Amino acid sequence: MEILVCVKRVPDTAENEISVNSSGSDIERGDLVYSVNEWDNYAVEEAIQIRDKAGGSVTVVSVGDADSEEVLRREMAMGADKGVLLSDSAFEGSDGKGLASILKAEIEKGKYDLILTGTQADDGAGQIGGMLAAMLNLPYASLVNRIEVLDGKKIKLGREIAGGNQEISEMDLPCVLSIQTGINEPRYVGIRGIRKVASVEIPVHGASDLGVNPGSVGKAAAGVSRVDYYVPALGKGAELLEGSIEEKVEKLIELLKSKGGIK
Amino acid sequence: MALQIYVYILHKDGVVDDTALEMVAAAGKLDPAASLTAVVFGSKTDAVCNSLTASFKEVWKIDNDAFSYPNSEVIRGILARIIPKGSMVLVAHDHFGMDLAPGLSIKLDGTYLPDTVGFDGIEGGKLKAVRQEYGGQVSTHVLCDISGGAVITIRAGAFRAAEASDAGGAVVDKTADALAGGLPGGARRFIEIVEAEVGDVDITKSEILVSVGRGIGEQENIEIIKELAKAVGGDVSCSRPIVDAKWLEKSRQVGTSGLTVKPKVYMALGISGSFQHLGGIKGSPFIVAVNKNPKAPIFQVAEIGVIEDLLEFVPMLTEKINEMK
Ligand SMILES: Cc1cc2nc3c(=O)[nH]c(=O)nc-3n(C[C@H](O)[C@H](O)[C@H](O)COP(=O)(O)OP(=O)(O)OC[C@H]3O[C@@H](n4cnc5c(N)ncnc54)[C@H](O)[C@@H]3O)c2cc1C
Repeated sequence: MEILVCVKRVPDTAENEISVNSSGSDIERGDLVYSVNEWDNYAVEEAIQIRDKAGGSVTVVSVGDADSEEVLRREMAMGADKGVLLSDSAFEGSDGKGLASILKAEIEKGKYDLILTGTQADDGAGQIGGMLAAMLNLPYASLVNRIEVLDGKKIKLGREIAGGNQEISEMDLPCVLSIQTGINEPRYVGIRGIRKVASVEIPVHGASDLGVNPGSVGKAAAGVSRVDYYVPALGKGAELLEGSIEEKVEKLIELLKSKGGIK
Repeated sequence: MALQIYVYILHKDGVVDDTALEMVAAAGKLDPAASLTAVVFGSKTDAVCNSLTASFKEVWKIDNDAFSYPNSEVIRGILARIIPKGSMVLVAHDHFGMDLAPGLSIKLDGTYLPDTVGFDGIEGGKLKAVRQEYGGQVSTHVLCDISGGAVITIRAGAFRAAEASDAGGAVVDKTADALAGGLPGGARRFIEIVEAEVGDVDITKSEILVSVGRGIGEQENIEIIKELAKAVGGDVSCSRPIVDAKWLEKSRQVGTSGLTVKPKVYMALGISGSFQHLGGIKGSPFIVAVNKNPKAPIFQVAEIGVIEDLLEFVPMLTEKINEMK
């Protein structure tokens, strides 16, 4: 089973408070901690588990700048066999469709049975997998929370739908799947694991290597582009309790009592 | 020229989903003069179609046993056949929309605008829209080129549902057009739905929920949440990462992919307030949020906010409540 997983380097929202820079052109990136997108990490773990059972190899690929190499290396430390960085100044400012077409070009250079992405990344768009599948004319499923390889030609998969229910289908290979969190328990990657892959070469493919017309991707070709970032002022907002932590405890208890929050 | 907008209708057991009228409102914001077509897939959909004629000029009925369970691979292929290129298509941003829509935009050769929460006018062929990023911590205005059509997914609850009016629409049976050339999407075959497991406690019935999120940090710390729940006489619920980590059962998860709860009091402890989480809280409970990040979106919907480290605050709260008893 030849598996390719698309991964992205993102600010870790569990670690960071995200704020907007003074001009509103971007988020404040000064002190951000970056990591691999949470959903992608589940996708890589799933790919590794499938490979360990069915054989084959796992390739991780990312569109980004030189810094994205670190997440590729992290996923290789987890167990991915190969990493490829897709990087070119022409790719900057690409929208989802641009990114999908760059990934498509890389995918078409190989022969993959299974192409995985995360359900979504930091921008909450959830678009790359579905677009890739449509561009490649391959079947697609999103929100996948179970994969069972039936044979070399088909898989059984579970999709997460509303209310904790699961939709089960059978699907022909090759196909594209977007992976939902919780499908597995991603293994821990320690410093030693990272060191082991520190010197493995990660090829960098640019527009010309991929045969991508630079004019068809990047900011100029983007159908969707950001104008600004801002912090929304929704509703009236919470009443914030003031004072020392003891005072806050006292106040909250009074409020809870009056609202039936203490039985 | 007025926009032609197609709205994909979700429905279940003969009842149209709330998102349908929300998308009518969204379409009205896009272009008050827009001509709206509802697109209904399903089996035995007459009642659904008829109920939509009050809000849509045209209701496309695509009715066949093959659609009794909507398989987005099949439906996408058909939509690409019957919706003219260059059209605007609105779809709810739920598990079905996420499955259907990105690929549909490619097949229709239009722009894709996902999880939209607002529209801010159209200028020179570009639509200005509002989205959120980083789990709702920041918003962004985006410009979307709609000159060649677009597929737009709409977040549930982001637009206030339009009143059903008297659009005096007509139902048009498009089934024959839809099926001309056979059923596409055969590579993905629906088998069955596996229902969620029922838990030991039914949080959908709880009056007081003490809900824990990723801010709890470690599995061992869940104990302090259980102790608080015991002290207040409530039940423990949680956000999704806690279930993903297998620290609590799926039957404790609140949200769009978990359970919908309607307590009187909801305590959100170390929960950021993503829309998927909030989507599972109904009935306007009294929400108390404890979070160390003053910018956490949960503070926009909570009644009362406490900016503290929950690992410190929660045990103190529990102790004080127990002392009073
Ligand atoms: C299709 C789909 C369906 C989904 N369905 C659901 C669903 O049903 N339910 C759901 O909950 N999510 C769901 N999600 C996930 C959702 O998008 C969020 O990722 C999730 O809700 C975040 O959970 P959280 O708030 O616990 O974690 P985070 O967003 O990581 O927030 C943790 C919060 O804890 C705070 N914190 C950290 N440490 C402390 C401390 N010591 N003291 C106080 N505060 C602290 C942080 O400031 C932060 O605000 C879904 C996502 C997708 C894509």
